[in-house]
Amino acid sequence: MASFKPTKVQFLPKLGEKVTEDTLYWKNYKSPVQIKEFGAVTKIDFSPLAPHNYAVTASTRIHVYGLHSQEPIRSFTRFRDTAYGGSFRGDGKLLVAGSEEGLIRLFDISGRVALRQFTGHSKAVHVTSFLSDGFRVVSGSDDLTFRVWDVPSAVELSSITEHTDYIRALAPSKLNPDLFVTGSYDHTVKVFDMRSGSSVMTMQHGHPVECVLLYPSEALLVSTGGRYVKIWDLLKGGQELVSLKNHHKTVTCACLSSVGNKLLTGSLDRHVKVYNSSYKVVHNFDCDASILSMAVAPDDEVVAVGMTNGVLSVRHRKHKKDKETLTSRRRRGPSYRVFVKGKNFVPRQDDFLVSKPVKQYLRKYDKQLKSFEVSKALDTALQTWTRTSKPEVTVAVIIELNRRGTLKNALAGRNEESLTKILNFLLKHIFDPRFSRPLLTVGDIVLDLYRQVLHQSPVVERQLQRLMEVLGREAELQQELLQVLGILDTLFASLTPRKEVLWEEHCPMSLNNHCVSVSSVSADVCRI
Amino acid sequence: MKFPKGMLEFTEQESFFRSPIGGLWMASIKFVLCTSGDSVKVYSTRTEEWLHSLQGHTNQVTGIALNPANHLQVYSCSADGTVKLWDFIDGILIKTFIIGYPLFAIYVSEKHEGIGFQLVAVHLPKSAEQEVEAKELSAVSRHISPNPSCTAFGREGQYIAFARNLQLNVYFFRKQKTYSFSLKATDKKGAKNAFTCIACHPTDDCIATGHEDGKIRLWRNFIHKKEYTYSTQHWHHNAVNTLCFTPEGTNLLSGGIESVLVQWQYGTGNRKEFLPRLGGSILHVSTSSDGQLFCTSHSDNKITVIESSFKVCGVIQGLVKGDAVLTDLMIDPRSKALVLNGKPGHLQFYSLLRDKHLYNLDIVQQEYIYEAGLDQFEVVKAAFDIKGYWLATVEERGQKSSDLEFFLKLWSYDERTQSFVLNTTITAAHTDRIISMCFSSSEETTMLVTIAEDGQFKAWCQGVDDQNFWSCDFVGSYHNLKPTNCSFSADSSLLAVSFQEVITIWSPDTWELLTTLCQPPGVIRDLCFGRLSCSKYLISTTTRNLLCCWNLLTCAFPPRMNIIIIYSAAMFVFKPNEPRPLFTHKNVCSEKIHRAVFVPREEPLNNCDESSQWLNRSQLYFLTQNMDLLTFSTATEEDRMLSSSTRLVIDDSVAVTPFYLLLGKHRQQQQKLNTPSHQAADRPQQPQGSVTITEEMESSEQEMNSEKEEEDSEGEMEACDSQQELRVQGSVDEVTPKLSKAQERELKRVRKTDFSWMAGLIASKP
Repeated sequence: MASFKPTKVQFLPKLGEKVTEDTLYWKNYKSPVQIKEFGAVTKIDFSPLAPHNYAVTASTRIHVYGLHSQEPIRSFTRFRDTAYGGSFRGDGKLLVAGSEEGLIRLFDISGRVALRQFTGHSKAVHVTSFLSDGFRVVSGSDDLTFRVWDVPSAVELSSITEHTDYIRALAPSKLNPDLFVTGSYDHTVKVFDMRSGSSVMTMQHGHPVECVLLYPSEALLVSTGGRYVKIWDLLKGGQELVSLKNHHKTVTCACLSSVGNKLLTGSLDRHVKVYNSSYKVVHNFDCDASILSMAVAPDDEVVAVGMTNGVLSVRHRKHKKDKETLTSRRRRGPSYRVFVKGKNFVPRQDDFLVSKPVKQYLRKYDKQLKSFEVSKALDTALQTWTRTSKPEVTVAVIIELNRRGTLKNALAGRNEESLTKILNFLLKHIFDPRFSRPLLTVGDIVLDLYRQVLHQSPVVERQLQRLMEVLGREAELQQELLQVLGILDTLFASLTPRKEVLWEEHCPMSLNNHCVSVSSVSADVCRI
Repeated sequence: MKFPKGMLEFTEQESFFRSPIGGLWMASIKFVLCTSGDSVKVYSTRTEEWLHSLQGHTNQVTGIALNPANHLQVYSCSADGTVKLWDFIDGILIKTFIIGYPLFAIYVSEKHEGIGFQLVAVHLPKSAEQEVEAKELSAVSRHISPNPSCTAFGREGQYIAFARNLQLNVYFFRKQKTYSFSLKATDKKGAKNAFTCIACHPTDDCIATGHEDGKIRLWRNFIHKKEYTYSTQHWHHNAVNTLCFTPEGTNLLSGGIESVLVQWQYGTGNRKEFLPRLGGSILHVSTSSDGQLFCTSHSDNKITVIESSFKVCGVIQGLVKGDAVLTDLMIDPRSKALVLNGKPGHLQFYSLLRDKHLYNLDIVQQEYIYEAGLDQFEVVKAAFDIKGYWLATVEERGQKSSDLEFFLKLWSYDERTQSFVLNTTITAAHTDRIISMCFSSSEETTMLVTIAEDGQFKAWCQGVDDQNFWSCDFVGSYHNLKPTNCSFSADSSLLAVSFQEVITIWSPDTWELLTTLCQPPGVIRDLCFGRLSCSKYLISTTTRNLLCCWNLLTCAFPPRMNIIIIYSAAMFVFKPNEPRPLFTHKNVCSEKIHRAVFVPREEPLNNCDESSQWLNRSQLYFLTQNMDLLTFSTATEEDRMLSSSTRLVIDDSVAVTPFYLLLGKHRQQQQKLNTPSHQAADRPQQPQGSVTITEEMESSEQEMNSEKEEEDSEGEMEACDSQQELRVQGSVDEVTPKLSKAQERELKRVRKTDFSWMAGLIASKP
């Protein structure tokens, strides 16, 4: 004897991106905390030391925030003009920043007044950084030079002019204190060796370079500029490895996550994109304004994004602890012990086994279908939760009823309230190509059944009016699509004059059929 | 053209209880008997195995009844006008009564017992009931329903109750009188009151009758004609097919199209128990003499054995008889089983070698609603790939109405569970009905091509962008013509799709249209590439009864290949290079042949006779209108089969002992394996119970050998088949002679047809 076969719910595959480990990882962030700064946030830098405070350079000041605080722990405000490029030294104790007036200031993280001031640049200094030995500072300026300063004596060690446009990107090597990479608006990326005092490698990015970034291994170099992100292989003499074009505006910043070295890029198009190791976009953060700067805390705890409207948006990672507090509030089901009770019993060799029939658990609508209670089954399937969050279940029950030839019985004899429920469902889903066929049948049957009494209820009448409107609109749309299809057909035909067989798109053809049925129902509605 | 007669004969494959009427009897707790064609088959209720059959009748067996005097004997009646008494455990014929009229049912009563003295109720063609007492007939009534379940003996054989249409008659033997009670034609509620079945209570004066509208009436007090009463009970929503009282009379069992066995408690009104979803509609219910077991026979060729606690304890399944075989007969390349429509929404796998139903594969996966006139999903197309790893099915609903629903499903073979599991469901594969589909035959990539009435053919591939499921690869059409059939060449380098009267040849690699072949007038119906050495030939049949063979290369010396055409009752075998048929066989069987299939043999025969050489590698199986499965066999084979079957009978007639139960299945299998080889006949017969270990080892060797042979013969299946159905409908007797003449004329025409056009075409090709 076969058991009852439950209603088969057709789950159609969702179009779009696939869910991978990476997307799950990057989705696991809380909604962002917004901190308002005084002007556009041009630079964010995380301290490499344990509390991982971060310096945010915006307008004429640099704020240092704690990881979880929204108020600055410390702020450096001794700038007469806009400050740029505040970045920490490797031990997290010193901070260096350039400014619009061409001065470079060096701060002790615990002090307030600048420890050193380096003067020499004639124009704004946008990028400053410590070299990895911690005793030298390198800075790039709009006067086309970059200079190296000695921290203890505050003197200029060297000044090199090789770029022909503003220098806006700088990345010192962490492995070698004499190496650093610069990017400029003259479309080039250069690698400098302080020992030789000149560039050792030049790469053509093709667009004004906004940001350069070295991978921890320092074999790969990332440069962003224009809409492009390019990866260069330094070990192969600066060969271009990949060129990514995922943003539709200038890419202003890039950084690496500390777990797995995933590349993140931010752009003026207000998106942060996360790439996997084969440089496919796996996740996308949306922001409110164009992004100028971005940084990721060690262990990916925090993603901080600075924008042109002066808003700093900070995303914190979700932890399991937070989840547990949520779930503990919920009603707890029976314990695990209940479910495994007796299931893990291993029979001995001479035991006689009496098998117990496995009980079949059925959904409520299936139980009702099993006992041929068709109206009740439809009611169950039309319950608010099912109807709104799982319309495919409702439609599956409708299809099942139609197959059993009892859909008409199930729809008949309903009052205004339940009829509005059905009509609302129709209004919402009748254009979904997955559902339209069964739902059009439902519409037909409803019209047939309630034709005589429709005028008694203004609510139902209004809904039918709306149904007619949307059906009319849909029919028009389909008409237009068919016209487009016709145009495409002629184009294809003219493209391949000698081939007898056309390559046809699969999907639009199904519209044809659909359109006819839509118009027939809308004609039906019109009649009423 | 003369062919030696007697070389080829049809033997009937098992299809048990061909006549479903009155064909089931629960002999004891151990055995169940059922009629099957011209024999009665005996099954064991415990092992569900076929034990043996009682053979001897020359026409269809129409009824069986247990001898009330001796529970080890059974009466059987046949349309050949004889009643035979058997010892069914040993399968021995005890007695034959010649009555001389075709018998349609038999009823036996205990009271009239005696030596050579039994009561037989006979339905004659002129519908009169006659009573036989030692070959003397006495007519009881002339108003007997042709339905044999409308007659029953009452308590201790005192009376006989029979019903026809709206009238219930009770004939009392003592009074020699007939009382008749009639119901009104229609109730106020529009109920149909016609009688469908009758059962009499074994100890009480009570007759239970089933009716067309599903009601059951219990008649009492009918001894006095005026004072009869009846009570009505209603559960079935369609006609009650069968009624049966348990031997003590405590319960009444009823069954109908709903396939629910209902047990009514006698005398307590409305208390009932149900056993739902048993299979096809219930045709017959029978109980064992001690009331421990019930068994039901179903319209889908199945017997269910049920314990008295209402639990199914056994299922005996034959070749499932569906409504129609919509899928062609197919051979599962893996198990060599015959695959065709089975239960509604299922495909059945039937092993021809072991002559046993293997399993049903649920394709539709929906609850089946037993309701007359409901439009159900049916499996209409199915196809296997060459290795048997993929199965494609099409199910369809709404053939009659305008809104057609159909799904294309792809199943992959799961080694672990040894069955097919659903891989992909494609909901809108085409915009209109799928006409045909075929898998590519190459080893490395599998591709499915479907053609549909929307004028397109589509190619489906697995594993586009690294996924496991199937998706559309190519859509093609040709001048918006409706495609009619498709076929892949043996090496899958070519795909032929026929559009009305044009055959188009495509390359599946580049999807280029390579060439078109124009057919002589007539829409192409079937299309098939040759196999093996004949792979350059493309054969097509048209609606104008023309068979065309295209040579796709230059014309070389054509090797052997066979084409079978089966008209409604005749068969022709051709070689591709000769327009004259190699072999013809007229009047293959009395019914229309619907489908045919070649089944590869385990080992090729070395028959050198030219007319039957085409049967060397494979066997041809036919399916007729009545779902009878027939096959061709050569004379030598026939002899062998006979010898082995007698052996089987002797072996299996031994009483069922536990030891036998342990070894019985194994032995049978072994013997069946032996049948094709000559060893079986030579081997000395082993006495039962002395089945030694050495023999078991021998048999396992045998199995291994046969497996090897299977592999060898795999893929060597030559020949292709195509069938045609005649459009003329009519009664069988009239059509057969007319048809053969028509075929002859057709044949002459074919012979006269000028094939020069074809030669011209071939020559024109480079």
